[in-house]
Amino acid sequence: MTQNWPLWEVFVRSRRGLSHTHAGSLHAPDAEMALRNARDLYTRRGEGISIWVVPSAEITASSPDERDPFFAPSADKPYRHPTFYEIPEGVHHL
Amino acid sequence: MNAALALGDDALVLSHRLGEWAGHAPVLEEEVALANIALDLLGQARVLLSLAGDEDELAYLREERAFRNLQLVEQPNGDFAHTIVRQLYFSVYQHLLYERLAAGDGAFAPLAAKAVKEVAYHRDHAEQWVLRLGDGTEESHRRTQAGLDALWRFTGEMFQPVEGLDEPGSGVDREELRTTWLTAVTETVERATLNLPTGPQSGGWAAGAGRQGLHTEPFGRMIAEMQHLHRSHPGASW
Repeated sequence: MTQNWPLWEVFVRSRRGLSHTHAGSLHAPDAEMALRNARDLYTRRGEGISIWVVPSAEITASSPDERDPFFAPSADKPYRHPTFYEIPEGVHHL
Repeated sequence: MNAALALGDDALVLSHRLGEWAGHAPVLEEEVALANIALDLLGQARVLLSLAGDEDELAYLREERAFRNLQLVEQPNGDFAHTIVRQLYFSVYQHLLYERLAAGDGAFAPLAAKAVKEVAYHRDHAEQWVLRLGDGTEESHRRTQAGLDALWRFTGEMFQPVEGLDEPGSGVDREELRTTWLTAVTETVERATLNLPTGPQSGGWAAGAGRQGLHTEPFGRMIAEMQHLHRSHPGASW
């Protein structure tokens, strides 16, 4: 089954949502069926939403083994974080 | 109210047949899709039967001869292809019928307007599967063609007029419905590299007097199972 029914990752944007969020995965024979299955499994047919499906094989993930060299350097260089200036009073949504 | 019973029984009986797939579908995703369709149909059945009387009494206490559903929807599930073909034949018909009812100003217009969105999905689901099965492997092609052939004779009944549905102003014209249905189904079936039955045997005899209360043998067993609990404990509430 895994040969004919590959795994797909599902991203859903809710009606008032700003971006697509990973909702889960499913098996489907092709993209059209993956979309339909995603609708059944992850949206309960709420209207006005957008669904993306992507074959899992198309996604390249960062490796957990390389996590330290990958992410750690940014954490110990405080000058990378723009937190040293005061926010003007008029700015609310920063 | 004859028409509400006819439409309500179609939805109720097909919903029950699809419910029988629970736990038995080929894959988990299809399990969910079939259950979804069954739930949509059950919802439609509840509204329609409530128009005709008490929904539970109508569903659980009528004898076989009092049901008004098409013989098509009571046909056993068979294999997955057989179920899908039954879905194709019926949901294309139901979609076209509800579109017309929704556009008319009859008593069923509000209900049809709501249900037509659900039914459009059922139709799409069936069409997608017919394409994949018909144009899939040799085995899936053979099974789908067998389903098309076996169920064909039950399709004629869909185009008999129903009292209370086909009055002037309802927006339903059975002949137009038949032509539109045939065009749509033919298109899908041919794209799927399959064929609708042709020749002297295909149109001469249409089975089906379900609307008159005459049903096929498997239907008796189906409602015996459906009604068993209610008949064992009449009047109980749950």
